[in-house]
Amino acid sequence: MALDKSEVEKIAHLARLHVSDSEAEEVTTRITDILALIDQMQSVDTDSVEPLAHPLDVVQRLRVDQVTEENQRDQLQKLAPNSQDGLYLVPQVME
Amino acid sequence: MINSTVAELSAALAAGDISSVEITQAYLNRIADLNGELNAFITVCEESALRQAAQADAARATGNNSPLLGIPLAHKDIFCSKDVLTTCGSRMLHNFISPYNAAVVERFNDAGAVLLGKTNMDEFAMGSSNETSFYGAVKNPWNNECVPGGSSGGSAAAVAADLCAMATGTDTGGSIRQPAAFCGVTGFKPSYGRVSRWGMIAFASSLDQAGPIAKSAEDAAIMMNTMAGLDIKDSTSIDKPVEDYTASLNKSLQGLRIGIPKQHFAKGLSAEVEQAVRNALAEYEKLGASIKEIDLPNSHLSVSAYYVVAPAEASANLSRFDGVRYGYRCEDPVDLEDMYKRTRSEGFGEEVKRRILIGTYALSAGFYDAYYRKAQKIRRLIKEDFNSAFKEVDVIVGPTSPHTAFKLGSKSDPVSMYLEDIYTIAVNLAGLPAISIPVGTANGLPMGMHIVGGDFEEAKVLNVAHQLQQNSDWHKQKPAVLASAKGEA
Repeated sequence: MALDKSEVEKIAHLARLHVSDSEAEEVTTRITDILALIDQMQSVDTDSVEPLAHPLDVVQRLRVDQVTEENQRDQLQKLAPNSQDGLYLVPQVME
Repeated sequence: MINSTVAELSAALAAGDISSVEITQAYLNRIADLNGELNAFITVCEESALRQAAQADAARATGNNSPLLGIPLAHKDIFCSKDVLTTCGSRMLHNFISPYNAAVVERFNDAGAVLLGKTNMDEFAMGSSNETSFYGAVKNPWNNECVPGGSSGGSAAAVAADLCAMATGTDTGGSIRQPAAFCGVTGFKPSYGRVSRWGMIAFASSLDQAGPIAKSAEDAAIMMNTMAGLDIKDSTSIDKPVEDYTASLNKSLQGLRIGIPKQHFAKGLSAEVEQAVRNALAEYEKLGASIKEIDLPNSHLSVSAYYVVAPAEASANLSRFDGVRYGYRCEDPVDLEDMYKRTRSEGFGEEVKRRILIGTYALSAGFYDAYYRKAQKIRRLIKEDFNSAFKEVDVIVGPTSPHTAFKLGSKSDPVSMYLEDIYTIAVNLAGLPAISIPVGTANGLPMGMHIVGGDFEEAKVLNVAHQLQQNSDWHKQKPAVLASAKGEA
């Protein structure tokens, strides 16, 4: 399936990526090529096939609902680009 | 000393012939001599490596004889390692000093192995040539104009060039096996769920699996004894007893049934790789194995299905990189959306962004059934092909890659790069164990043979690989260009 530039821009927005005008054409061409590769699978009839989400036929393990990790907030927040008083700072969201 | 296997080093350390400090220093010298040319390591941990080596020697003096005690290794830079830069080959994590160890890192630490450093890789493991790394391409030690393969290219090159005794890799569609083939080393992808994914930066969660890159199948088995096993922190880790993978290495192959998929010996396979694999198959016949052609009728669909499943899962996994909690953040964002978009567009490279876009598209409203669900159905057909084949044969053998390593910069379009993994991808979709071992060289570049086993048959795959290595010396061949290098050969 061929995509056009506006569709690529819409997908980019959903993925929170910025595609500049200078890149848009090449990105669109590349993605259209990749979709052509992917579309080879459309030639097979799979109506009666159950999807396989995962290679292992296992059930999710459950655990007791109790705290097992120590609080490492200070250590983890040292990695943040911007934090203050135990909070992560981002650009202002509300006026 | 530096070209020894882990098994040999382990014996020499146990006998007191060498110390871990000596061997660690020898690898650090080798890295200092060659890493500038090869670019296999992103980070070298010189001080901590020598400290760990001294600790290993002290532990040995008190009677500890663990097989990996004091053996120097390298981890792919996808494994979080505490207090060490962990980049995943990306600008996004250019400043990320991990606050914790991945389960794999922890297991090697507990075994007393010495961490020499972190190896270069395709960005977020997305690539088959190591050229998508933000830290520059790795060079193939056999020919520095060629790629080492990817995504675990740094680990494969480091093992091939004797910059370490052993290394870890991860494999989502061929990322351990294809670079192992291109660099002439042994690379093993275990069954999905056999090795913990905890602390391994996620690419495609239903496909990713960690494994060893080593100088022999025996070394891979020794490493697997440390790596494999249940980890409750990884909800997909399997609760199944771990075998001693070294115990069955010497089992006879008399009566072994080898299947060769006709689809893997068809158009697209280079004549020299085909000949090399057929020569190795002839060796197997001498060892008592029988060869039978098999059919994997849906194998031609594996690349198509993979390029839906892997990007879809990647687009979800990589949404965590938003410039808020760690890693790169763009300069002076005007608002939240600008921060997200510029952080991600500047922090991720081209290939990663392309895969996020594909995955986002495949999962978006109105397209889910046509792409993601369809790909999962194809995935079932591929798994069933393998299930039928394994009713008739014990292992499936073929080429790892259609050709030898290609020139740096020679594959600029993504589709031709994706087709590099044509023989390896189906194994990830089916979750099976598979190894690539060297089977000779053509025009000075190594070639790899792929051996696939049934679910959790890692011991059998390692046994089959080891028996060939006991009866041939392809895995002992070394890149000639490095003979001129300084340091110990």
